[in-house]
Amino acid sequence: MSSYNGVMSGYAVPEVLVSTAWVADHLDDSNVRLVEIDVDTKAYHEGHAPSALGWSWNTQLCDTVRRDIIPKDRFEALMATSGISNSTTVVLYGDNNNWFAAWAFWQMKIYGHADVRLMNGGRKKWLAEGRELTLAEPTSTPAVYRAAGPDLSLRAFLPQVQAALASGAAALVDVRSPREFSGEILAPPGLPETCQRGGHIPGARNIPWGKACNDDGSFKSADELRSLYGAEGIDGSRAVIAYCRIGERSSHTWFVLKYLLGYQNVVNYDGSWTEWGNLVGAAVETGAAKAVAA
Amino acid sequence: MKAEDYRERRIEIEGWEVNLATYKIGETYHCHAGNVSPGANIARAHGTTREEAEQRAVERSREHLSKTRVRAV
Repeated sequence: MSSYNGVMSGYAVPEVLVSTAWVADHLDDSNVRLVEIDVDTKAYHEGHAPSALGWSWNTQLCDTVRRDIIPKDRFEALMATSGISNSTTVVLYGDNNNWFAAWAFWQMKIYGHADVRLMNGGRKKWLAEGRELTLAEPTSTPAVYRAAGPDLSLRAFLPQVQAALASGAAALVDVRSPREFSGEILAPPGLPETCQRGGHIPGARNIPWGKACNDDGSFKSADELRSLYGAEGIDGSRAVIAYCRIGERSSHTWFVLKYLLGYQNVVNYDGSWTEWGNLVGAAVETGAAKAVAA
Repeated sequence: MKAEDYRERRIEIEGWEVNLATYKIGETYHCHAGNVSPGANIARAHGTTREEAEQRAVERSREHLSKTRVRAV
């Protein structure tokens, strides 16, 4: 098995992952910008990797007025004030196995950033390995940044999902937990309910996002991932639409399918269940996942 | 500074499997409680000992998890 940036590979696009050791060796690299994005937005302030900036997913990486990803002009401003130019290597990491780091990765690709990577294992692995932490927030020299796109081939909107459901042209992958998928619960346990109905989009396969990770937060091997998704009929032969509740867990799966397995036509439906489960008259299926048809 | 004594364990709270990740940074113990599936954060707490941090995180988790409604499907 080959190794790339300290990560055992076999992945389709290995350069999108770096190991914690690689990051530790590049903390002073002026062309590398390290950014932490956590679900728990207070975690960064407990201590973070030296030189890492902290971005808040719920104020800096979305449109705070209407429901949408960060607007292009605000994305450009965020990059510029973070000292990120178009040629900067950006390494993202975060808690919960890079849950929201993957969401930031997806948005950076929508706006065309060439070299963005995830630190394999995220914050969890960095802490567990006892690597250096600091409370100091780095200063940034403002950069010039021009975003491309948006590349909407990476993103599915509601009409596209409805069309796929009608035509069967794409496989739907619901990456939520089995009990969200079945409709028993409307949100992850302990979180507020944000939709009117439970269940899933008819025909969707249920492959919880976290199954793509090892216990230490790193990604499973390419062979293990191929087997995981292949067992549910997701093998790259058809287009895939991934969704969850608000689109962040599914951006993690989008990353796995597109970059680690190299499946070409994969999109993230970030409207996800909080859109579909609130639609009047939308088709909803309830109950546990069914076996893949032979 | 570094995270020391990083440990994880799984317990059940209000019928839900919860992962407790606890570690010490400086003089403070931090505990993060998250549900195992899907892995969302439920609560965080800190304290001067591991036990204190975990107990607070468990109490907060119990409060949140007790509000989760389960429907028949």
